[in-house]
Amino acid sequence: MAKGFVAITVERCKGCGFCVEFCPTHVLSLSSAFNSTGYHPPHVVAAEKCSGCDLCGMYCPDFAIFGARYAR
Amino acid sequence: MTPTTLEIPDGAQNPVEPFLRMDRMPHIWCPGCGIGTTVNCFTRALLDSKVNLDKVAIVSGIGCTGRVAGYARLDSFHTTHGRAIPFATGMKLANPELQVVVYSGDGDLFAIGGNHFIHAARRNMDLKVICVNNMTYAMTGGQSSSTTPAHVISATAPYGAFEPTFNLVALAEAAGASYVARWTTYHVKQLSRSMEEVLHKKGFCFIEVLSPCPTLYQRRNKMGDGLDAMKYYKQASKIRNGAPTGECTLSKSGEIVVGKFVDRDRPDYLELLRAQMTEALGERYVESEASCSC
Ligand SMILES: Cc1ncc(C[n+]2csc(CCOP(=O)(O)OP(=O)(O)O)c2C)c(N)n1
Ligand code: SF4
Ligand code: SF4
Ligand code: SF4
Repeated sequence: MAKGFVAITVERCKGCGFCVEFCPTHVLSLSSAFNSTGYHPPHVVAAEKCSGCDLCGMYCPDFAIFGARYAR
Repeated sequence: MTPTTLEIPDGAQNPVEPFLRMDRMPHIWCPGCGIGTTVNCFTRALLDSKVNLDKVAIVSGIGCTGRVAGYARLDSFHTTHGRAIPFATGMKLANPELQVVVYSGDGDLFAIGGNHFIHAARRNMDLKVICVNNMTYAMTGGQSSSTTPAHVISATAPYGAFEPTFNLVALAEAAGASYVARWTTYHVKQLSRSMEEVLHKKGFCFIEVLSPCPTLYQRRNKMGDGLDAMKYYKQASKIRNGAPTGECTLSKSGEIVVGKFVDRDRPDYLELLRAQMTEALGERYVESEASCSC
């Protein structure tokens, strides 16, 4: 079971790839799908590896993603 | 079996959102622009520092970075170009309880506003100045600024910049700043920690943040997109806390020295003012109470 989760607001994303590149456990990948403004948002490819560290949230210049740990 | 989709708990919210005027989203910044990343760091610093948000004010000048004041859900002021520091100085002196943060670009703070910067540092005015340095006047089309490195093509240097630049951290130290640090938008944790530190530090504090401008700085120079700038920051940065600021010059594609360079205690402007007035006037010196309508 993953320690954390990541939530993506697809419509706010501008496809910069910061979150994908700097996620320490490679949870994300840019999707081939488009959002309504024509960008490729990230999607989760390895949910079980998410620690909820929120580095993606700190990097995202468009406030489109964040991570958090599950409450235990 | 491990789950392939994540369960997102009800009510989970991006920690940056309470600090933003969400009705003004989406913001104007380009894809891969680093300004939003610095805003994330700033909001994490506000959270971690546990400062009273009713006592924090943020002041910006004009420029892409200047938009930060317009997006921050704090008492925020978007002033005229170059005048964020004098405006912030007035606020601080009128209401010394306020923690006044100036958030602006390299052009705003060091070209048109350069004189204000050095004098606020000299006076050790209790302001926290965050400069997003994208090495250009981005908002107006990518003209050379006082930090545009040699050989960079800009709107005003079509054959390459050649003017010597300001080394912002050395300038801040020489002018008298109490705290001086430099990070890049790659160093989100360190940047956020520095921002938290200055929220608890008295006196003039300065943080320079190198930040990608893919649209108006990088494109003319075939430097790729925002992610390419981030990878360059990662690869070229060297953390050297306490390094002599004079050695921390920047160039187009060379090493980037980052870290906390200066952390010293000097009496700030208000302490000096009080001491001198009390010495000269004794009991006759009475400070007017800050009156706030809120
Ligand atoms: C008095 C005045 N002069 C010039 C301008 C035009 N102007 C607007 S923003 C800007 C430069 C902004 O550069 P910087 O502070 O580096 O911010 P950036 O856009 O790069 O974040 C200039 C020259 C202005 N708005 N007001
Ligand atoms: S929260 Fe951390 S581990 Fe999870 S996706 Fe974001 S960066 Fe990766
Ligand atoms: S960092 Fe943000 S804007 Fe960039 S790709 Fe990830 S979600 Fe999209
Ligand atoms: S022009 Fe440059 S600094 Fe301005 S929003 Fe775009 S990328 Fe950011």
